[in-house]
Amino acid sequence: MNLITIAFYFFAALTIVFGAIVVTTRNIMHAAFSLLFAFFGVAGLYVLLSADFIAITQIMVYIGGILVLIIFGVMLTTRITGVDIKSGTMGKLQMGMAAILTLVIAAGLIFVFISTKWYLAESKAVDATVNQIGNELLTNYLLAFEAASMLLLIAIVGAAFIARKNK
Amino acid sequence: MNIGLSHYLIISAILFTLGLFGIITRKNGIMVLMGLELVLNAANINFIAFAKYGGMNIEGHVAAIFVIILAAAEAAVALAIILNIYQNFKHVNIDEVNKLKG
Repeated sequence: MNLITIAFYFFAALTIVFGAIVVTTRNIMHAAFSLLFAFFGVAGLYVLLSADFIAITQIMVYIGGILVLIIFGVMLTTRITGVDIKSGTMGKLQMGMAAILTLVIAAGLIFVFISTKWYLAESKAVDATVNQIGNELLTNYLLAFEAASMLLLIAIVGAAFIARKNK
Repeated sequence: MNIGLSHYLIISAILFTLGLFGIITRKNGIMVLMGLELVLNAANINFIAFAKYGGMNIEGHVAAIFVIILAAAEAAVALAIILNIYQNFKHVNIDEVNKLKG
């Protein structure tokens, strides 16, 4: 058991446990705050996979952006003082069927992941990935990069247009 | 036993099915959105894991960045739609939203 192994199991447990809390708790605020720890665990997994830029992006965009947006949505659409803060779920039968379906999908995915002979290559040692990512984004993926910038602009304008009050 | 590719793949499979379970069973639109974020994170773990164990191929990182961009745009638009649903219906239970023109 070296330090990498311990760190992997710590972050994996963090991700899975808080991800399970997100989808099972009835209190919507608890789900939003559990999502924070699940995102943080995923960021730790990225660091272990030597993806430093993606880990920082995960923390800044997901935790700093999307999670704040979701919490705003929770506060704007639920009456905090009333009883409406709970999130309803389906009946017992539907819950059982959904659990069986997702367990079957999980078993199938894990079976495929373990039994397939993946292409493995000796990984080179890298000190920082930001340089290479910037080179790729402005050469091979330039069109996709520009399209993504247009998408973000359109999404901002569209969200502001949809969410405004009708006069 | 060293941590290999399959460890990360199993983590992402579990996270994907957790998110799928949340999407299927929740009524509240915001909770469905949270399940969707878990699914996108599972896909991203797969991209980064294959990038590392396939010989530190940087294109997996670029794909992960585009997934994060799409998740941000999708969250903004979806929350705007949910706010509109709340103004019209006074709740966000998406299984009771069944009118096109209310």
